[in-house]
Amino acid sequence: MNSFSIALLIIGVTFDLFGCIGLIRLPDIYNRLQSATKCVTLGTCSILLSLFIHYGFTPVGIKALIAIPLLFFAATVGAHALSRGSYIYGIKMTDKTIRDDYKKEFKK
Amino acid sequence: MKYITLFICMLLLWLLLTFNLHSANIIIGIVASLVVMMLFGNKFFKDWQKFYNPLRYLWGIVYLIFFIWECLKANFDVAYRVLSPKMPIKPGILKVKCTLKSDIAKTFLANSITMTPGTITVDVIDNHLFVHWIYVSSQDPNVYTKKIAGRFEKLLKKVFE
Amino acid sequence: MINILLYVLIFLSFVCFIRILFGPSMADRMVAIDIFGTLVVGICVLLVYKTGRLFLIDIAIAWILLSFIGTITLAKYLTRKKLDE
Repeated sequence: MNSFSIALLIIGVTFDLFGCIGLIRLPDIYNRLQSATKCVTLGTCSILLSLFIHYGFTPVGIKALIAIPLLFFAATVGAHALSRGSYIYGIKMTDKTIRDDYKKEFKK
Repeated sequence: MKYITLFICMLLLWLLLTFNLHSANIIIGIVASLVVMMLFGNKFFKDWQKFYNPLRYLWGIVYLIFFIWECLKANFDVAYRVLSPKMPIKPGILKVKCTLKSDIAKTFLANSITMTPGTITVDVIDNHLFVHWIYVSSQDPNVYTKKIAGRFEKLLKKVFE
Repeated sequence: MINILLYVLIFLSFVCFIRILFGPSMADRMVAIDIFGTLVVGICVLLVYKTGRLFLIDIAIAWILLSFIGTITLAKYLTRKKLDE
C-alpha cells in the first residue's frame, strides 16, 4: 500500500468518528442530521477514494469510484426526506432555536 | 430521440460498472438497457438536447471542483462545532428564494446546500427553499440568501439552463 | 494498521446502536440506522484491504442502494401518508 491511500483511510475514519460523536452530543434531530450527512458521508467517500488509489483503473477501482456519487445522492436525499418527515410528524426543535419560517406553511 | 439518450447513458453506466469488453457482457448490457429504456423512457428529462453540448460538461467540471472545496470546508466546520466543549450552535429554519427554473437544477441546488457548511434543505415549495442552518449568523434576507444559495446559482445556471 | 481502523469502525457501529436503543423518538432511531448503513460501507471497503476478496465492493454498492430505499420508505412512513402515494 502506498502512503497516500493510508492517509486517506485515516482521514476517513477520523471524520466518521467526529460524525458519531456529533450523533451522541448534539441536542435535536435536525442538528444530528447535520453532523450525520456531512462528516460520515465525506469520511466514507474518502475511504472509497483510497480504494480507488490503491487499485487504480481495475474493475474494483472503477466500482469504488462509481460508489462515491451513489453514496452522495443517497445521503443527501435521505437526509432531506428524514428532516421533512420528522417535521411533519411533529418533532420539536431544540430550545436554542431562534427562528422558524417553516411553521407558517403548516398553519392551514 | 429521448429514448436513445437514455439508452446511451445506461449502456455507458453498465460498461463502467462491469469494466470488461467481452462480447457476452456487452450483449447483456444492451438487453438490460433496452428493458430500462422501454420501462422508464417517458420519465426521462424533456430537454435531452442539453446532453450533447460539450460546454456544459466543462462548466460541470468547474462546478465539481468548487463543490469539493466547499465540502471540505463543511467538514471542518461541523467537526469544530461538534468537538468544542461549549457547542456554539444557534439553529433555525430560514426561507431562501431561488432563481433557478428547471427541476433538475433545483435538485442539484438542494443537494449542494445540504453538503455545504452548516446547512441542510428541509423542503422545496415552488420557488422557495427551506433551509435549516446550524448557526444563524444574520437574519437579513438579502445577506443570508447570498451566503447560502448565491455561490452555486451562478454556476448551476451555466450547467443546467 | 487495518485491524485498528476496523476496530474503530465496529466501535462506531455500537455507538449507533446506543442511539437506536435509547433514542428519545422514532426519528432519532432512523437517523442512527441511516448512519449505520453508511458505516457498513466503510467496513466493507476495509475488509477488501484485509482479506483481498474483491467481491466485497459489490456488496458495498448493493448496501448503499438498499439503505437508501430503506431510509426513504421510513421517512415516507413518518409523514403518515400511504406508501404508494
